[in-house]
Amino acid sequence: MKRILFVQSKAPHGGLQGQEGLDAVLMGSAFAECTVLLLDDGIFQVLSGQDTGALGTKDYAVTYRALSDYGVDRIYCSRDHLEARGLSTGDLLVKVDPLSDDEVKALMAHHDVILNF
Amino acid sequence: MRFALVVQGAPFSGASFSAYHFANAVITTGHELYRVFFYQDGVYSGNALSVPPQDEWDIQLKWEQLHLRHDVELIVCIASSLRRGLLDSTEAERYDKPAHNLGSAFEISGLGQLIDASLNSDRVITFGPC
Amino acid sequence: MILHTVNKSPLRESSLGSCLQFMAQADAIVLLEDGVYAAIKNVDFGLGAASGRVYALESDIKARGLDARLRDDIKVIGYEDFVTLCTEYDVVKSWS
Repeated sequence: MKRILFVQSKAPHGGLQGQEGLDAVLMGSAFAECTVLLLDDGIFQVLSGQDTGALGTKDYAVTYRALSDYGVDRIYCSRDHLEARGLSTGDLLVKVDPLSDDEVKALMAHHDVILNF
Repeated sequence: MRFALVVQGAPFSGASFSAYHFANAVITTGHELYRVFFYQDGVYSGNALSVPPQDEWDIQLKWEQLHLRHDVELIVCIASSLRRGLLDSTEAERYDKPAHNLGSAFEISGLGQLIDASLNSDRVITFGPC
Repeated sequence: MILHTVNKSPLRESSLGSCLQFMAQADAIVLLEDGVYAAIKNVDFGLGAASGRVYALESDIKARGLDARLRDDIKVIGYEDFVTLCTEYDVVKSWS
């Protein structure tokens, strides 16, 4: 089975990029082995404590919690990008495995298709 | 080799020009172009109502010509399209909207077509967003 | 082996930086659209680390007036070369 890596690289509420990327992950999970990698501002998508009620954008962060139900068991991030944002895994609303730069390289090389959002 | 392209940038963005030129190059180099999947703002490429000035490239017309000449499958994502007001006649009727605007070279379909393209192509190349 | 594409100016977005951070020794980069601004000479955007493995699209370079202003180690290519490069690498990863 082909492995698809979905890279989320944009912050959540300034545009639809992340939300529509996550839609693609959900669809992908029905047909392929899917992994999510959070890089750059994509890490902000899973920051805990988001409350979009007053703004009106969709609170799709909760969908990350449901990913395991879709068979997407692993969510990774760059440890460097996490720390560059003053965050640790305790700030995130789902379990995310931080990777070293070399581990990110290895993860990308391990996949057949990489879709970037 | 079999290629699939994902276009995430709006028409007239750098991504839309890159994708169009790349699509042509796939064909001229003798490879197969399995599908062009327009996602996110890329779906605006299917808007049949755009009227660019005459001295500018009509990138949408170019896509249409590519489809007519080489039978390239041009799919606009249904979720991205509906959200952005891009409808074919079926969807316009389904949602009781007064008009439809999807160009005849384009087909509206689900995200499954992106995954299918990923699984059934040798290379998937993403253009954009911008 | 991964072929990375970068379509944003390095002065505006972090995509080139992240690309360089996570590219392996055997990987290569194609600069396109505003990504070609990274190829301007006399400024160091970190491309030296990938010297010899950095390609940039000719039409994007010409359109932006960068033709005579490029680093010496940039390989200028057309779209057909770009297609061929894609066949020579296992996966294409876009950074945007």
